[in-house]
Amino acid sequence: MCGIAGIIHLDGPGDVGLEMTKMLQSMKHRGPDSSGYALYGEPQDSLVMRFKLADPNETGEFDFAERLERNRREVESRLSKIGATVDRVDGESAYAYRAEFRYEGELKPLADYVENIPGCEVLSLGHSLEIVKDLGDAETVAGQYKLDAFRGTHAIGHVRMATESDVDIAGAHPYWAYPFSDVAVVHNGQLTNYHQWRRRLERSGHRFQSECDSEIIAVYLAERLADGLDLETAMKQSLDDLDGVFTYMVVTETSLGMAKDEMAAKPLVLHQGDNLVAMASEEGAIRAVLPQEIDSYDPYEKEVLVWSR
Amino acid sequence: MVAVNETSRTGRYDVRGLAEPDAEAPKTARIDGDSAVVDAADLSTRQINLELRRLVYGEGISEVTVTNPGAKHSIAVGLLTRCRITVDGSLGYFACTLGDGPEIHVTGRVGWSLAENMMSGVVVVDKNAGSLTGAAMRGGDLVVRGHVGARTGIDQKGGTILVGGNTGSMTGFMMQRGRQIICGNAGPGLGDSMYDGEIYVAGTVASLGVDCVEEEMTPRDDELLDRKFRIYRMDRPERFRKFVCGKQLYNYDTLEPSERKLVL
Repeated sequence: MCGIAGIIHLDGPGDVGLEMTKMLQSMKHRGPDSSGYALYGEPQDSLVMRFKLADPNETGEFDFAERLERNRREVESRLSKIGATVDRVDGESAYAYRAEFRYEGELKPLADYVENIPGCEVLSLGHSLEIVKDLGDAETVAGQYKLDAFRGTHAIGHVRMATESDVDIAGAHPYWAYPFSDVAVVHNGQLTNYHQWRRRLERSGHRFQSECDSEIIAVYLAERLADGLDLETAMKQSLDDLDGVFTYMVVTETSLGMAKDEMAAKPLVLHQGDNLVAMASEEGAIRAVLPQEIDSYDPYEKEVLVWSR
Repeated sequence: MVAVNETSRTGRYDVRGLAEPDAEAPKTARIDGDSAVVDAADLSTRQINLELRRLVYGEGISEVTVTNPGAKHSIAVGLLTRCRITVDGSLGYFACTLGDGPEIHVTGRVGWSLAENMMSGVVVVDKNAGSLTGAAMRGGDLVVRGHVGARTGIDQKGGTILVGGNTGSMTGFMMQRGRQIICGNAGPGLGDSMYDGEIYVAGTVASLGVDCVEEEMTPRDDELLDRKFRIYRMDRPERFRKFVCGKQLYNYDTLEPSERKLVL
């Protein structure tokens, strides 16, 4: 089933961390397996990288803790080796970390180099994007990663009921549009031409971290954006290229977009205010942040909408 | 008493936050003569429905207003008697489903599967509705003054769906009887694989579904439309087009394969 939510403040930063937690928690019944956030804080000069070194449900061997520590140090040393100046690395759990560093070069070699460490996955990389995802409901994840205090301009989130792949962080949304800075995707649905697209994109050099069909959308859009298309055009093309049933949302540094397949098979409720756009799989999620009476509607089939701040 | 203690210890829901094992009608409604007001703000779905049942069946109250519904799912479902319910706000999925008799007025919007499997009665929604509006409906009138989503009246088996705005793709998919009156535009695949019934559209039709054809409007059709618009005090668009089943896909008979061979 899965539940997705998106919110964008058009008039400056708001409490997107807290708002997204409320929205996702009210949709817990749609997906109790894992919860994920893609949050946009104030853009900064340095890069922020969220990465994980293991999965929480991985059985810890006798040297598990030592291995994580060793790998974390390895990430730092590899960042330095590739020419980044590491400012700080914070651990929010034994396996998930947040690194801030300054770096001028290409992102793909950096991400590939870091991910070459066994068990390591770069969850997000960008100047304002931060992806946080873990097992459990939204309040558990928000508490663990202290997201209630996160201020920013826009965010998307996802509660997952695993259907196409395993219950782990690799299968949790949102997906970073590797190796494209500051782009992330959440998706509700199933893609039926997943393997075709995965082979095509792998041939052009993209890596896939999971068996989850939704990862395709993020990488697909990243490739189109790298080709120079604007977000809306890329999303419109995806409606023809992707088969299956889907409603997905995509975020970039300045925009929030949604797209629906040609059957409008998956739900989305949209509220467009003067300074705020909020959308979710269920109206109850929008009500969690806007309790007053509001106007909302369901976007139709093949609809692509993008808001920029 | 054990059950009550259990409930208070774990809250209203079980540890997964899903089922609600020991709900009881909260008896919090304010009753005034033969009308009552239920404040749904702090009530769960089951508590609201149990309270509605208590008022309508137990107390014999004919007019109930539900305030602060907060877009909860499955509200005012399975009411099997004549009564008048006003919902002051918006509802989520499966609102007013499985009803047989009630007249329900929702002042906000509703989510997917509004009035699914309604047997009889009236449901009026002032704003928009989601997809699958009036799915498998068997009777009664369903009025949405705003827009509705995709697959409106899928598998409809009777009654009337009246939409003030637009409708999405596959409207009237596999409908078997009844009518749909769409004042706005219809999305692609209108009346796909419909068996019977009529769909009236005032606006544009993106495309017709398989075996759906246009038929000429008759004075009887116009009279019916006039009547429905008059009842619900809505402005009638002047010109409607009527779409019905082309009956080119009727390949059914009751013959066994061996019998068919004999006939042919």
